[in-house]
Amino acid sequence: MSRSTLFAALAASHFLAAGALADTTLLNVSYDPTRELYQEFNAAFAKHWKAKTGETVTVRQSHGGAGKQARAVIDGLEADVVTLALAYDIDAIAEKAKLFPADWQKRLPHNASPYTSTIVFLVRKGNPKNIKDWNDLVKPGIGVITPNPKTSGGARWNYLAAWAYALKQPGGSDATAKDFVARLFANVPVLDSGARGSTTTFVERGIGDVLLAWENEAYLAVKELGPDKVEIVVPSLSILAEPPVTLVDKNADKHGTRKVAEAYLNHLYSEEGQDIAGKHYYRPIDKKVAAKYAKTFAPVKLITIDEVFGGWQKAQQAHFADGGSFDQIYKPGGK
Amino acid sequence: MSAAAAGALHAPLRTRHDHQASPATREARWVRITLLTVSLGFFALFLLLPLVAVFAEALRKGWGVYFAALVEPDALSAIKLTLFAAAVSVPLNLLFGISAAWAIAKFQFPGKQFLITLIDLPFSVSPVVAGLVYVLVFGTQGWLGPWLQEHDLRIVFAVPGIVLATVFVTFPFVARELIPLMEAQGREEEEAAIVLGATGWQAFWRVTLPNVKWGLLYGVILCNARAMGEFGAVSVVSGHIRGMTNTLPLHVEILYNEYNFAAAFAVASLLALLALVTLALKTWVELKSGEHAS
Repeated sequence: MSRSTLFAALAASHFLAAGALADTTLLNVSYDPTRELYQEFNAAFAKHWKAKTGETVTVRQSHGGAGKQARAVIDGLEADVVTLALAYDIDAIAEKAKLFPADWQKRLPHNASPYTSTIVFLVRKGNPKNIKDWNDLVKPGIGVITPNPKTSGGARWNYLAAWAYALKQPGGSDATAKDFVARLFANVPVLDSGARGSTTTFVERGIGDVLLAWENEAYLAVKELGPDKVEIVVPSLSILAEPPVTLVDKNADKHGTRKVAEAYLNHLYSEEGQDIAGKHYYRPIDKKVAAKYAKTFAPVKLITIDEVFGGWQKAQQAHFADGGSFDQIYKPGGK
Repeated sequence: MSAAAAGALHAPLRTRHDHQASPATREARWVRITLLTVSLGFFALFLLLPLVAVFAEALRKGWGVYFAALVEPDALSAIKLTLFAAAVSVPLNLLFGISAAWAIAKFQFPGKQFLITLIDLPFSVSPVVAGLVYVLVFGTQGWLGPWLQEHDLRIVFAVPGIVLATVFVTFPFVARELIPLMEAQGREEEEAAIVLGATGWQAFWRVTLPNVKWGLLYGVILCNARAMGEFGAVSVVSGHIRGMTNTLPLHVEILYNEYNFAAAFAVASLLALLALVTLALKTWVELKSGEHAS
């Protein structure tokens, strides 16, 4: 590339940036695996908003581990909307920074979760270690890859799903569940800070025999990397993961974007939004759209966090707060 | 080897003679070969191979994909932000470096040693800590947070934060280059200039600056390289908003995490090219300053 074209390109980009500033800009702070979903959804919403109001809207994205992202919003990352992996991290924003009311989860239908997901296993092609269910993960010699529950929302769902499985076994109790999860984490050779980091550890670096992953992350990995490398195993029981969304009232009011931000979140519940979610392997909550994607998702018995753990606040305190069950069972380096 | 055969007769003499002629090569031949192989091997394995790998991966899907990755809007905005951060931090460091070095090398004042230690601080502190400090001071929960919010000023998770973090990590480069150089040159030339009737400014522009210009350039090049390549500190204060607060190194990470390996390596190769240009410039400056000194 010659110097003049480079300069021309730089100048052009300068103009584009200046142009974008004049229009409405929304910032969506999200968790790790939603990159592809929101890339498509943002374009669709911009088109929808233009057709409806004639205004141009640009949605900017920031991605990372859910806990880390919540922290950034608390510290002043001016998100208009947050779309995180679990309610607890959004609660933390409400509690620490008071940017929106504490009952935020009641403001949108379905616990403010426009799509749901669950936790499945990703194994190497042909399933050489014959991994079928959660109890296969605690066998000696199996390498299990999961991110760190302290920083990753997905990892907390993984942890609770394993716990719930052990709890639901005959004779299961909190003690047997704790022992089961301890044995599982003894098989974990490396803890990444976010879901996407774990996926690259498993797929690109070739470490471990099984990846505990978001269902959508697992399907995306199969699609991106080819069904000749990895395949999905659905366990007998898993957890219903509800990644919720909310408007960040104070930021949106400051930016004067409340109306478009609300429309953005509502559009996630529209038929188009639901269809895009389904396309990216999130389970749509709209019955009609869900039926269209029914074949994609294997039937799996799903427990909810409310029925088994009494909600996120309780689960967080019991398991992931300092001194919680995770701190008690996890010793770095396994064994 | 005939010399060796002849020397064998007068062994002590020969050793002495060899000591004087070529002291660097008196080790046995196998030692030399082993040392050379090991160092060249390390060089190939840890420097050359990764460099080749970056370009090979970047071009794996062809030149079309390569250039597309570089002119994509998010990449352009990352390039722009990186250039901007460097364009602000390098002149600032230049100004600070010259004045600090000038003060330290040419004058005596209390707290001089303390100032030298302070200048080195960014080298001894982990960049991540540096970034966190800015979040703690300028974040909404931080010391200045409420005041900044009142005045609607954004520092962290915006461009000013990135520039601040870059300035912090590149702080010592220019000063560190100049201090030893200026100290070695002493004050005689300036004193002579003053005695001959020059003003302070004239002495600075006509005597001090020309004497240190190569060292100065060297410091600026290193400072620029670090400004463009910094990851840790910038990552903490960036907020990772695509198209707004992503610098080139952060953009590489994002692309890699999105399975976009060809694009990630294409952008990485841009940074590698930058490093190569820096290296060439650095060598040129070294050659020039060598000529100047002799």
